[in-house]
Amino acid sequence: MLRLEGIGKRFGGLTALQGIEFSVTKGSITGIIGPNGAGKTTLFNIATGIYPPSEGKVLLEGTDISQFPPERRARLGLVRTFQNIELFGKMTVLENVMVGLHTQSSSGLFACSFRMPWQMSEERRIREKALEWLEFAGITELADVEAGTLSFGKGRLLEIARAMALEPKLLLMDEPAAGLNSRETAELAELIKRIRDRGVTVALVEHDMDLVMDICDALVVLNLGTMLAEGTPREIQENQAVITAYLGEE
Amino acid sequence: MKSDKLKFLIFCLVVLVLPLPLAKGYLTNVLIFVGINSMLALGLNLLLGYAGQISLGQAAFFGLGAYGSGVLTTKYALDPWLSMVLVALVVAGFAFAIGFPVLRLKGHYLAMATLGVGVIAHIAFNETIDLTGGPSGLSGIPNLSIAGFSFDSDLKNYYLVWSFALVVILLCLNLVNSRYGRGLRAIHDSEVAARVMGVNARLMKVQIFTLSAFISAIAGSLYCHVMTFISPTSFGFNISVELLTMVVIGGLGSVYGSILGALLLTLLPELLRTFQDYDIVVYGLLLVCMTIYLPGGMVRGIPALVRRLVPARSGNA
Repeated sequence: MLRLEGIGKRFGGLTALQGIEFSVTKGSITGIIGPNGAGKTTLFNIATGIYPPSEGKVLLEGTDISQFPPERRARLGLVRTFQNIELFGKMTVLENVMVGLHTQSSSGLFACSFRMPWQMSEERRIREKALEWLEFAGITELADVEAGTLSFGKGRLLEIARAMALEPKLLLMDEPAAGLNSRETAELAELIKRIRDRGVTVALVEHDMDLVMDICDALVVLNLGTMLAEGTPREIQENQAVITAYLGEE
Repeated sequence: MKSDKLKFLIFCLVVLVLPLPLAKGYLTNVLIFVGINSMLALGLNLLLGYAGQISLGQAAFFGLGAYGSGVLTTKYALDPWLSMVLVALVVAGFAFAIGFPVLRLKGHYLAMATLGVGVIAHIAFNETIDLTGGPSGLSGIPNLSIAGFSFDSDLKNYYLVWSFALVVILLCLNLVNSRYGRGLRAIHDSEVAARVMGVNARLMKVQIFTLSAFISAIAGSLYCHVMTFISPTSFGFNISVELLTMVVIGGLGSVYGSILGALLLTLLPELLRTFQDYDIVVYGLLLVCMTIYLPGGMVRGIPALVRRLVPARSGNA
């Protein structure tokens, strides 16, 4: 599904990432873990086109998308959520999800200004679809609430609903459990499994090891901008290099 | 949806009957300028209030529209309607071309770049004396007319300008309550999230900048035919600031807010004749006070104020 080949990123003289190479298998939940400063978020930003890699390639289903802007990657089915939640704060919850349906509708400046008949029916379809996604995330009752006033946990659910509205092939989640309490984290784990069951491949950066070990099929471990290990959760738990990186040497 | 239509119909009705009690009074003349300023403020509001992109050069597009129509009809004897369409298209094309480099900038840099466009245009109006008449202005611009019916009185011009303004208002209302309008507001709230959602932010910003220039150019053409005389002072930096003040005072991101802002700021100079030379100071003060005390503008601030006062009263009783 997604393949990263020899990814490197330098910010001025600082090497943030070097020689990152792994694949995310279709239909899996892949976890990317590593200590703080390992380069996980940088890797996500490269994968989603927030900035380009200094070297290496990002391949989505065999297509080199390294130089594509984020909006083009979104149309190809690559969508992400953010660590600090990037909602459209002054819009309602429903409107946020309706923006998520942007790629599945096409009315432009003229059709919208002149309220063409096809634009009206498209608008109805967008609204119905958006309501379905709110239901999927279990936040239907919040539809008319301004998104900026949501709690962190509900905001996270909205961000996921909005991302799912694009009907992505691959959903990248940057620390989805950050800021959530244990009950919310458990609900999140269920939601992520339901997302995978709908045929969406998931890759997530996460610090919550219980969550990662529970839901992930494969793990990639980063440390100081390089690949430390790759394997199933069980293999990673027993990997000496990983234990050293997390706990320090004895 | 239903109530939106009703609101617009009521507004149309108000516009229709408003000049009747005023007859040929001087206020009808002022209301013509409220109509023109409403179009200009709306154009800027699409850009600033919805897409979140500032422009301090709106007077340039207004001026290009006015001078374009003025020059084509006086020096080249072109049909006023034809020249209005031609000029609006050329100005929109110009905005589209400069939009790509200019709108890559953000915040203060965008403000400076658009300010530059405004200043350059103003200098051009002053210096191309052969075409524009320079500082002494361009006179003898014909009134608009349809099949022999000439718009030569204030009342006729009022209905002419406001029919244009109402069409612009209706189109803007449609636009902001649509997929496209949601995209613009998404860019305003978080450009990076909007792009990740597949919104082509760069293109949409340029498109809305172009539309705002198009509307401003039409307003400029109307202005020159209503006035029959134009001079560079009507298209200077202070006009751009005045438009900005209208949008902020009325309410960013509110279509009717822009009209309210245009109404207030067009009437204000009439009320504050004594400040004439210091008008820009008054606008500055208004801007500062509004952003501090009523950041949502009049359309949101006043209802909020009323809500705060009304329960307090019932509590006393």
